[in-house]
Amino acid sequence: MQDPRIKVIEHRLSKVNNIIAVSSGKGGVGKSVIASLLALLLAKKGYRVGLMDLDFTSPSTHLILGAKGLFPQEKEGIVPPTFENIKFMSIVYFSKDKALSLRGQDFSDSFIEILAITKWDKLDYLILDMPPGINDATLDVIRYIKKVKFIIVTTSSILSLSTAKKLIDALNILNIEIIGVIENMKSEQTHTIMEKLDGAKTKFLGEIPFDPKLERCFGKPQMILTTKVSRELEKIVDKILT
Amino acid sequence: MHEWALAEAIIYTVTEIAEREKFKEVTRVDVKVGELQQVDLETIKFALTQLRRGKLEKTEFRIEPIKAKLKCRICEHVWNFDKNKLEEEVAEAIHFVPEVAHSFIKCPSCGAQDFEFVEGRRMYIESVSGVK
Repeated sequence: MQDPRIKVIEHRLSKVNNIIAVSSGKGGVGKSVIASLLALLLAKKGYRVGLMDLDFTSPSTHLILGAKGLFPQEKEGIVPPTFENIKFMSIVYFSKDKALSLRGQDFSDSFIEILAITKWDKLDYLILDMPPGINDATLDVIRYIKKVKFIIVTTSSILSLSTAKKLIDALNILNIEIIGVIENMKSEQTHTIMEKLDGAKTKFLGEIPFDPKLERCFGKPQMILTTKVSRELEKIVDKILT
Repeated sequence: MHEWALAEAIIYTVTEIAEREKFKEVTRVDVKVGELQQVDLETIKFALTQLRRGKLEKTEFRIEPIKAKLKCRICEHVWNFDKNKLEEEVAEAIHFVPEVAHSFIKCPSCGAQDFEFVEGRRMYIESVSGVK
């Protein structure tokens, strides 16, 4: 018995040049905001960009972007709708934003299904918004998307840093490329988190300040792009692109 | 159509199996399709005949549906999937990603949404026969 969906995944992603998973050890560190904003900034720079929300049980990128009333087009597979110049795929199209509780195998099956039927076409960047932790999503992304690279988001809290370090170690053991670590929601002058990460093998990409005004920009992508968070992330994006 | 994407998946996989098994030609492929996905069998058969090339030119594709059965993890009640009890929009959502059934279907015995698909969830290739 062979699952035919597995083999087709590499064909579906063959025209995607870069796949970046935005991940973290802990939840609540602003990972979905960074992933959404990263997609918006890359699209603003003229790149062909896709964004896929892999946090199936708690999706939020549609809320950050304000992507409403969208549904993929059915055309020999499904074609993600374009929103703010981003090809956007989320489980909410199908779950209708209702509660969705998935155990491990159910997550894997829905992940494989979406990858097998989604036609991304040519993209410069596909951004994956990951659920937190080293779980089914992380393991499946590593297993089925060979060219994936990770950006890890953390706050300076020891609770977040300790799990980020575990994630970095796990990815290093599997020889998965880590683009680097972003310190998010920085609220005070603290030591650089790399010292706290205690020699973890990865690059520090930069820090993004906590911005209390960000919340009121959710759902308004053009406003998000005017925030301090966006300006700081753009510096990091420019660093990654050079 | 979504069925075309699934047909492509079958073609890619059978082509790889044919290479691995060193078949000169693939004579028959047996595919089981879970009812939960509500795949249109005629469309998938048509797509397969349109997409096949090379060693699959003369392949006979046999496609058999499998009834979908669900089992509650809380009270262990087992029941059959019934598309007719669903709203059209919900049936369509489950057609694309069957796991979203967890958002819409409840155990008819205890009302829990923690259930498993005992059978009839997915499509799989049961066997591939060919001439070496």
